[in-house]
Amino acid sequence: MPETECPPSRSTVLEAFADTIIPGEKRHPDDRAVAGVSEGGGAVAAGAIDVLETPEGGMAPALDDLARMLDEHAVAYRAGRGLPEDREPFVGLGYDDRLALVGELLAPGHPEHAMWAGLAMFSFMAFDTGAHMHTADAIAAGHPGLATLGFAPPGEDGLWRFPAYSYGRPLADVHPDTDPTGSPV
Amino acid sequence: MNATETTDVLIVGSGFGGSITAYHLAAGGAKVTVLERGPWLNSEEFDHDFKFGSSATRVFDFVVGDGMSVLGGNCVGGGSVVYFATMPRAPRFVFERHGSIGRRMWPAAIDRDALEPWYDRVAEALPVTPTSWDEVPYIGGVFAAACKAAGHTANPSPSAVDTSLCTNCNWMMSGCRFDAKRSLLLNYLPAALSHGAEIRPLHEVQKITKRDTGDYRVHYNTIDEVDYRQQTGSGTIDAKIVILAAGTAATPVILQRSEPELGRMPHAVGRYFSGNGERLNTAVLEDDKVRELLGLSRDEANAYGAYQIGRGPVVASWDRLDGDLPEYERFSLEQLYFPPGFGTILAQVPDAKGPSWYGPEKKEMLRKWRSWLTVFTMSEDDNEGVFGPPPPTGNSERLSQQLLGFGSLRYRPTENTLRGWEVSDAAVRDILEHNGLARVMPWTNDVIGAYTVHPLASCRIGDDPETSALDDRHELRGHPGIFVTDGSAVPGALTVNPAFTIAALAERAVPGIMHALRERGVEVHYGAPAPDGGGAARRGTAAAVRAVLG
Repeated sequence: MPETECPPSRSTVLEAFADTIIPGEKRHPDDRAVAGVSEGGGAVAAGAIDVLETPEGGMAPALDDLARMLDEHAVAYRAGRGLPEDREPFVGLGYDDRLALVGELLAPGHPEHAMWAGLAMFSFMAFDTGAHMHTADAIAAGHPGLATLGFAPPGEDGLWRFPAYSYGRPLADVHPDTDPTGSPV
Repeated sequence: MNATETTDVLIVGSGFGGSITAYHLAAGGAKVTVLERGPWLNSEEFDHDFKFGSSATRVFDFVVGDGMSVLGGNCVGGGSVVYFATMPRAPRFVFERHGSIGRRMWPAAIDRDALEPWYDRVAEALPVTPTSWDEVPYIGGVFAAACKAAGHTANPSPSAVDTSLCTNCNWMMSGCRFDAKRSLLLNYLPAALSHGAEIRPLHEVQKITKRDTGDYRVHYNTIDEVDYRQQTGSGTIDAKIVILAAGTAATPVILQRSEPELGRMPHAVGRYFSGNGERLNTAVLEDDKVRELLGLSRDEANAYGAYQIGRGPVVASWDRLDGDLPEYERFSLEQLYFPPGFGTILAQVPDAKGPSWYGPEKKEMLRKWRSWLTVFTMSEDDNEGVFGPPPPTGNSERLSQQLLGFGSLRYRPTENTLRGWEVSDAAVRDILEHNGLARVMPWTNDVIGAYTVHPLASCRIGDDPETSALDDRHELRGHPGIFVTDGSAVPGALTVNPAFTIAALAERAVPGIMHALRERGVEVHYGAPAPDGGGAARRGTAAAVRAVLG
């Protein structure tokens, strides 16, 4: 797949969408994309743009259109509510308005539901899995999503093992109709 | 292109339906060729990694449909590489189900008693073994204790995991790095290879045509090993017998695409799809309540907080597997771990004031991820899935290089299915919200519709030609010599994990396929032992084999 050019405005719009899905704290005082409604890094700091732009994910060719359409929806949204029109359409919305607009786009039955659900799921994956990085590297680098989950780090060989794993005793009565193989009768 | 090759048996897919038949037919003397759409990985290639391009995406297919999304294996070994290896036999009442057709939907020849010796063969081969309480991970323990506190029973499920090798890393959905999970890569497949079967990965079958000789011609594309959207070539192989085991979401699509040249397909091809009535609920447990109410503790700091530790589902509650209950109200509940991504996106925040599956409140729920416990419902749906026209190639239009694509399956849950989910949601709440232990919410169906990891019944066996695509020997009606042995052959939802039943049905289908081979002049003999040489379970099937092969 060809690399897709990434103009800053596109990234800012997509970052604002990703921040609506899993919000985070502003990266710097002038951060326009991240609304800053949540403590700690959110989907943006977790690498949402990197995940969206990976050739593996398949979203890259659609990103220009998605950013443009999101702004078009935002223009209609703010016009319908008498909100100021002297700023960037989606990025210029406050968090609650971003949430309300994204809620409309993600509602079942919206004609563009599939594409916005896809954008939301990739944004989510950036936070929960850091799918643009090797997981062991992401954890070592303090990936904000995996840290928020408390995802345990691997051993020295990069593999996970949990030697302590069981309470080690019967904790319920088994069903009376269990056959000798351990299956239901 | 190369000249067309020939073989006795061409098998499409290398999961349970493909591997089991490949082994027995090759051991019995047939020339067997297996075409597998996905790659062929060994245990060192099963990564502990969420990165795109690791085994987590290489070995999976996630096909989003209209109202139903299907997760399935896409590699040599098929579903057995990605499954959780939980292996209960289907309860007796399942075989008596009427489902949507108003009469028994399983063939008269098959009930639990008839299938028992075939289950035994699979149990010996993998092997499947009971699980003891001291092998139950924390998550299964806390679920069991919660069941007991709420007046329910709970069972450690039989499993195809060698717990002496298991590290409870919970990466088993990406393939087992430690060879603890007894996938087909460790038994049937190497045994098939040793008997001369040939397995070709990255070969995606598109359609089947018929030769004047009566043989079938199987048309495939070869697929790039990294970017599955790219085709690298194509070819054909002629075979006397074709076994379709491409998976429930793919087998009917191949037949649909074949119909213009092969001739009319039975009505049930691509209809009666079942999602095994699957449903997920996620609970967030209160650690102090786990200690106080259930008397459990891992150490001084944690009573539970162990969502990540374990090996998928290990403990199930079978109180609702009661044949006296009304159909559609019977289900099993299993504790479950799903890794982040698959396992976090659709979980909903209890009592959310804003959006329930994303947004600020969801992030707060994610902070408690270590205290999550997911419960898996397997219930009785109404076989309401129908496949639309096939995509140009494969069974989906792929968006991503690997994993993600869009298919033609349409699923609108009926009132029966919805009632089953409602009753099971209530049962989950009853167990986990008892005395304030946790708060529970079902996963949302608003994003990708319903979902299943156990697709079934899209090309099913039965006695009625109107509602079943296959006869009770798994032969496609009207197309002698084409057999189907994967999950699509199962008539309907099983209320438990289906891999064991799919495998037992594949074992049971082998004598009938051998009979068809003999009719076509191929000398084959039934009687191979278990892949490791064990012969104990073979005796139990002798009478059934004689009835077919004489």
